Amino acid sequence: MITIPYLTALTTYFSYGLLFAFGQFRDFFRKIFDWWHASNLQGYAPICLGLEDFYIRRLYLRIQDCFGRPISSAPDAWFDVVERYSNDNNKTLKRTSKITSCLNLGSYNYLGFAAADEYCTPRVIDTLNRFSPSTSSTRVDGGTTTVHTELEECVANFVGKPAAIVFGMGYVTNSAILPVLVGKGGLIISDSLNHNSIVNGARGSGATIRVFQHNTPSHLEKVLREQIAEGQPRTHRPWKKIIVIVEGIYSMEGELCKLPEIVAICKKYKAYVYLDEAHSIGAVGKTGRGVCELLGVDPADVDIMMGTFTKSFGSCGGYIAASKEVIQYLKYTCPAHLYATSISPPAAQQIISSIAVILGEDGSSRGAQKLARIRENSNFFRSELQKMGFEVLGDHDSPVMPIMLYNPAKIPAFSRECLRQNVAVVTVAFPATPLLLARARICISASHTKEDLLKALERLEEAVGFDYFQISSENRGML
Amino acid sequence: MASTVLHIVNSTLEWVTLALDTPSARAVVFGVHIGGHLFVEGLLLVVILFLLSQKSYKPPKRPLTKKEIDELCEEWVPEPLIPPITEEMQYEPPVLESAAGPHTIINGKEVVNFSSANYLGLIGHEKLLESCTSALEKYGVGSCGPRQFYGTIDVHLDCEARIAKFLGTPDSILYSYGLSTIFSAIPCFCKKGDIIVVDEGVHWGIQNGLYLSRSTIVYFKHNDMESLQNTLEKITAENKRAKQLRRYIIVEAIYQNSGQIAPLNEIIRLKEKYRFRVLLDESNSFGVLGRSGKGLTEYYGVPVDKIDIITAAMGHALATEGGFCTGSARVIDHQRLSSSGYVFSASLPPYLASAAITAIDVLEGNPALVAKLKENIAILWKGLSNIRGLSIASHPESPIVFLRLEKSKGSVKDDLKLLEQIADCALKEDSVFVVVTKRSTLDKCRLPVGIKLFVSAAHSESDMFKACESLKRFTESLLSNYN
Repeated sequence: MITIPYLTALTTYFSYGLLFAFGQFRDFFRKIFDWWHASNLQGYAPICLGLEDFYIRRLYLRIQDCFGRPISSAPDAWFDVVERYSNDNNKTLKRTSKITSCLNLGSYNYLGFAAADEYCTPRVIDTLNRFSPSTSSTRVDGGTTTVHTELEECVANFVGKPAAIVFGMGYVTNSAILPVLVGKGGLIISDSLNHNSIVNGARGSGATIRVFQHNTPSHLEKVLREQIAEGQPRTHRPWKKIIVIVEGIYSMEGELCKLPEIVAICKKYKAYVYLDEAHSIGAVGKTGRGVCELLGVDPADVDIMMGTFTKSFGSCGGYIAASKEVIQYLKYTCPAHLYATSISPPAAQQIISSIAVILGEDGSSRGAQKLARIRENSNFFRSELQKMGFEVLGDHDSPVMPIMLYNPAKIPAFSRECLRQNVAVVTVAFPATPLLLARARICISASHTKEDLLKALERLEEAVGFDYFQISSENRGML
Repeated sequence: MASTVLHIVNSTLEWVTLALDTPSARAVVFGVHIGGHLFVEGLLLVVILFLLSQKSYKPPKRPLTKKEIDELCEEWVPEPLIPPITEEMQYEPPVLESAAGPHTIINGKEVVNFSSANYLGLIGHEKLLESCTSALEKYGVGSCGPRQFYGTIDVHLDCEARIAKFLGTPDSILYSYGLSTIFSAIPCFCKKGDIIVVDEGVHWGIQNGLYLSRSTIVYFKHNDMESLQNTLEKITAENKRAKQLRRYIIVEAIYQNSGQIAPLNEIIRLKEKYRFRVLLDESNSFGVLGRSGKGLTEYYGVPVDKIDIITAAMGHALATEGGFCTGSARVIDHQRLSSSGYVFSASLPPYLASAAITAIDVLEGNPALVAKLKENIAILWKGLSNIRGLSIASHPESPIVFLRLEKSKGSVKDDLKLLEQIADCALKEDSVFVVVTKRSTLDKCRLPVGIKLFVSAAHSESDMFKACESLKRFTESLLSNYN
């Protein structure tokens, strides 16, 4: 857990307070201005009332150029960022045709499959010519091709479960599976820092939702005991079923989940475990099979394993792996399977080929090299950043490293300075993180070479300097 | 000593007499003089305060002991994760071995394919394949990030601009999946307390979006404009605070569950009269209706800026994946930060975005495709309209031709079984691939089930003739067997 020092909290609150005050000021003048001009709403209620979009209009728009930067090449280790300019103080941004080549520390490209790959791309183009970019049909109608069945077998083998089902988008996987598995009368216990797709899926299911403290198995046990003893709210009937949802690597903290303890607790209290491996599949573990391999948990103990292909496999889509009966049932009733277009065949082929590379089935050792490289890169970079005095979160071996910024003024400062030094970083603020805990997030890739990382460190040090950051002397030299 | 006590007593007595004799302390109630009533009232107040400060008697709360909780946890038996697998759950769809064009290969045999929503026949088009190949070589497959974090590739921006230019709207926004387009757009605009009037035959994506938005939902009868008018009238009469209440009508242009076309001119008239905003889902009508394929607005001659929000999935006519939403600049900008399916999800793979651009280019340069599709639909309609036992339930111009049993066999399950048999026989013996409606257990739609045929501009007359003959034969034989 992150503990924020008092002085920093005070200054951050002060900064936000100032921004808020200025925003209110400007809103007040805007209201007066608008009074003069006739409103063109003609009796319709406005799309956003009052303070609903205050944050967007007055805080986010000021630093809009730090987000949504377009690129014009593949998101590999080095990529081309398109420059943008604004004539009206960042309210609208216009593209130019100028590009700058930057070091990519922001894309989810853990194993380096983002750009055209020598093994995968020819096969993908082959599949494209054979099957077209889309089947224009749902899986149950005419959208299942041989590529899809091959993909599902491949994924099931890779993850270590008997069967798998694949969808075209990771977000929809969570949102459409949870309502099928649990409904009214069931209980979902989810980690407090779970991703928005899980929250949406849980809400859409109609089950009761309870939250346990992030990555704290003892609190999970406490919540489970309380809930089983009390039963459903108001009627106190026993719960129909309980599902505990955790993630493999939390994308905003870079932490690994404490899976062995959580699985043990769920077994004891007969709850089902749902593991979302969006960031960890392919990126951690000796052969890339995710947190289960890394932490020594038997995949048979986890009831449902979910993951996405966007991060480590350089494609798109999501999967669910579970026992044969569960997958059969999901194929019969999951709305994303019945109503949504099936995953694009070239994307499916990319996943199959990248899994083949990871497992070494393409005849080379590139897969093992990539896995070793990402581990080395992450550990090296993390220790170097900590030596430089940054507050870096995340566990050992995790390729995601958030650097705490806290103060809202540092968010655009860090982002723009780094861009000036040709390093592209991602900064995240409210509402993806709590208000006080803004951070910059670095994602390491297997396609970064040692020179790239050293250059990044050098440029980060230059960008940061002493104007924007006070790297305290007690943090320097601390590992 | 005694004198001081006496002194104190005297002064108290004097004070009390003074209090009792002050003008305010004297009152006349019903002709009776009452003196010193303030004193009595003060005393009463003190008594009341004392009583209020007493704790009321509640039986003491005894929390469960650890042993009791342990016992409860041991006794509790959860339901299995899934219900037991029945026979109908083991259905496996046919596996295609080639592209899902008008002709495809299943089990080594070539079949006529009526199950892909490939309305303009763009699957397998060389221009599409060319642009995809060059995009794959340049950008790889995935985009490796959400739109806000270096996942915006220049083809996305080009695609959004192209769509907006084609439809004539100010701006558009691209989603990475067709289904998530609608169920992210709805909660973005409709919040708790808003009112949404929606057709009862909408598909699951819209239903899920409505549920997530937590607004008040009112259904009206499927495609029935009178029912819509009555509903709008009722709602306007009940809620007079139009200023703060956002109100929406959500309809699909061509309903996926029945093939009906929504009468847009009526809806616009009602919307303007009652001041509702309209959200139109054009997944099945984009590229199909209208002279140049611009959708329902062109078909009815309604200017496109009268519709507030138009969403569409690109997995139908445009033969690619993903979805888009288009409307005024305010509407689109709002979604870039508040729409969960856009912000929290990776962006569309760049090759699919470039496929979409090429598809729109092909469509714009070749409006004859739309005319050919219309012709094909007419031919198929004619061929299918004289099948005994099945009636066509969809609109004559809808590319989804929906065949319903004339007489239901009693339950939905029995109907489905019979229809599946017909479709099975058609595939196995005549190599005609048609599909039957499949509903999820989560779907709330209650429209009748049927056989669906998706017509494509690439189908030839002989294909459609074959399909009509095949369906006719098997329907008649199976229905007679049943009877």
